[in-house]
Amino acid sequence: MSMILLIEQLLNGLQSGLMLFLMAAGLTLVFGVMGLINLAHGSLYMVGAFACAGVAAATGSFWLGLAASIAAAAAAGAIVEVAVIRRLYRRDHLDQVLATFALILIFSEGTRWLYGSFPLYLNVPEALSGSVTLPGGIRYSLFRLAIIGAGLAVAVGLFLLIGKTRIGVQVRAGEADREMIAALGVDIRRLYTLVFALGAALAGMAGALVGTIQSVQVGMGEPVLILAFVVIVIGGIGSIKGALIGALLVGLTDTMGRVLLPSVFELFMETSAATSVGAALASMAIYILMALVLIVKPGGLFGARA
Amino acid sequence: MTGPKTGIHRETRMTRFLTTTALALSMMGTAAMAEPVKVGMITTLSGGGASLGIDTRDGFMLAVEEAGNPELEVVIEDDQRKPEVAVQLSDELIQSEEVDILTGIVWSNLAMAVVPGAVRQGKFYLSTNAAPSQLAGKGCHENYFSVSYQNDNLHEAAGQYATDEGYGSMFIMAPNYPAGQDSLSGFKRFYEGEVASEVYTQLGQTDYAAEIAQIRDSDADALFFFLPGGMGISFMKQWAEAGIDMPVVGPAFSFSQDILPAIGEAAVGVKNTAQWSKDIDNEANAAFVAAFEEKYDRLPSLYAAQGYDTARLILSAMEKAEVSDADAFREAIRAAEFDSLRGKFSFGPNQHPVQDIYVREVISEDGTLTNKIAATAMTDRGDAYAEECKM
Repeated sequence: MSMILLIEQLLNGLQSGLMLFLMAAGLTLVFGVMGLINLAHGSLYMVGAFACAGVAAATGSFWLGLAASIAAAAAAGAIVEVAVIRRLYRRDHLDQVLATFALILIFSEGTRWLYGSFPLYLNVPEALSGSVTLPGGIRYSLFRLAIIGAGLAVAVGLFLLIGKTRIGVQVRAGEADREMIAALGVDIRRLYTLVFALGAALAGMAGALVGTIQSVQVGMGEPVLILAFVVIVIGGIGSIKGALIGALLVGLTDTMGRVLLPSVFELFMETSAATSVGAALASMAIYILMALVLIVKPGGLFGARA
Repeated sequence: MTGPKTGIHRETRMTRFLTTTALALSMMGTAAMAEPVKVGMITTLSGGGASLGIDTRDGFMLAVEEAGNPELEVVIEDDQRKPEVAVQLSDELIQSEEVDILTGIVWSNLAMAVVPGAVRQGKFYLSTNAAPSQLAGKGCHENYFSVSYQNDNLHEAAGQYATDEGYGSMFIMAPNYPAGQDSLSGFKRFYEGEVASEVYTQLGQTDYAAEIAQIRDSDADALFFFLPGGMGISFMKQWAEAGIDMPVVGPAFSFSQDILPAIGEAAVGVKNTAQWSKDIDNEANAAFVAAFEEKYDRLPSLYAAQGYDTARLILSAMEKAEVSDADAFREAIRAAEFDSLRGKFSFGPNQHPVQDIYVREVISEDGTLTNKIAATAMTDRGDAYAEECKM
């Protein structure tokens, strides 16, 4: 394998990892701060993608679509928090799983009702279409490069928000001791709604960006949700840093596994069989990674409650 | 409460009696006419892949309506692309609806779940699309006909085309599941050059960045891929973004009329293999394309053409034999005396088509993406499994 190919694959891994981070960040915040398991997080990802597709089709502008995706997912998140999730904080995890699973069904059928069962396709905006040549002669899709940039920018912004602002202090305090922060006079209900809407907005943005290079369809959120859970388990529940490291690990393991494992098996097997076995093993790679991390650090890499 | 209930009961019994009498009387009158044929269509009308089933149904029903034969009745059911639903529907159609013929299944895994049971119960099954190798070889059955092709055919034709074009090395790719593995082996059966790299993707995969990087790095002369449904759309869009200048060859599934608008301009110039194209030059085909466009306001796809041909085949058999005489009816189907949209059409020994397979090129025609025939890849092609079929 050439150096150029290797670097290109690392970029691919980085890109898919950063999109996973956008999903996992919201999930881990909600779990860390509110102690809530939110299976409907994937639905917010789908809401973002559909909002982007709908607005982009109506206005012809991808950028308006992207803005709409963030707004729509945040609004959907806030509404869901106020209407349903708020009642679940004191209940046990099984109730939360049941209720948020019901939300998945409602969101999926609702979207099917509005948009039908056919996948929608977004076009990459004119300014970002095609590919560019990076230093070292690497040709890479401009839009994927932009996704990497956007993902990094959101990661930095999120660290600043959590680390440097008043809201961030409240969020961290809420994670450490919920009763105490409420006793100190912080409006905990408003804070919860805010955190939930923030997480939803990030998921919606990821949905719009990924939907643009793939497809927008009902049920697109659930496979990503599973990966996002793997990410926060690896990174440690409640930790933004853990979510970032976990997401990059999962993204890189998945991409590199798909590329490298078949060629590893080719060393001692016939080509056809090697590609088949390698591909099958590659789809398990991230779960093997998760198991290994849990053996060494049962609380995840940066688990707050390890 | 009992009073009115029995009343209703008695009333229904009365109605039923009267209806039966009326039916019996009417049958006496029409005894000389052909007996009705009931067709049960199981196809995918909702969820992912619904566009394939909808086109199959619309093509089939167009032929039924054109024929206007009151003796042909069609019951249509949606399998939601789920094998267990398809099995349940086939039981219902066979037992409650008492259909004579089943048809319509799009996906091979659903066909494998339904066909063997249906033909064992003495029903005919005419495939509008799915034709897995198991049913063409050892598992063939006298009541099972494929009107479309044998699954490997389009991949074989792509291999033959790559050989004809003189591509010295090919990058080949398919999802890691039985039809994907069959696809690559079908391609290799007729490809004489060197396989630069063989890649299996995950079924349902949506991101192909890693594979596209490998293709770019491979120095292959051309790319062959089989990624049915949404997978192919995602791949082609990402392929276009990557800006790789390499010829692309594939079976028609990823470049069918129902999918082309979603891929967009990225598809233009791609070569794809199929046994049907809207520009095959014969009267029946021209009439079909015009009528389909007139009725449904869109261009017909491969699946619509296959549905149409299947219905016409059934209608042609009804002209010659009663469905109650299974042997005569089977002979009538096997004779395949109908004006196929493909021009020439006949069944091989395992009741799969012997036909020409074309190479089509995606073109933009007055702003609409569609296919036109660029070459003939194979002439009078049967399939690789016919010898294994002992009927």
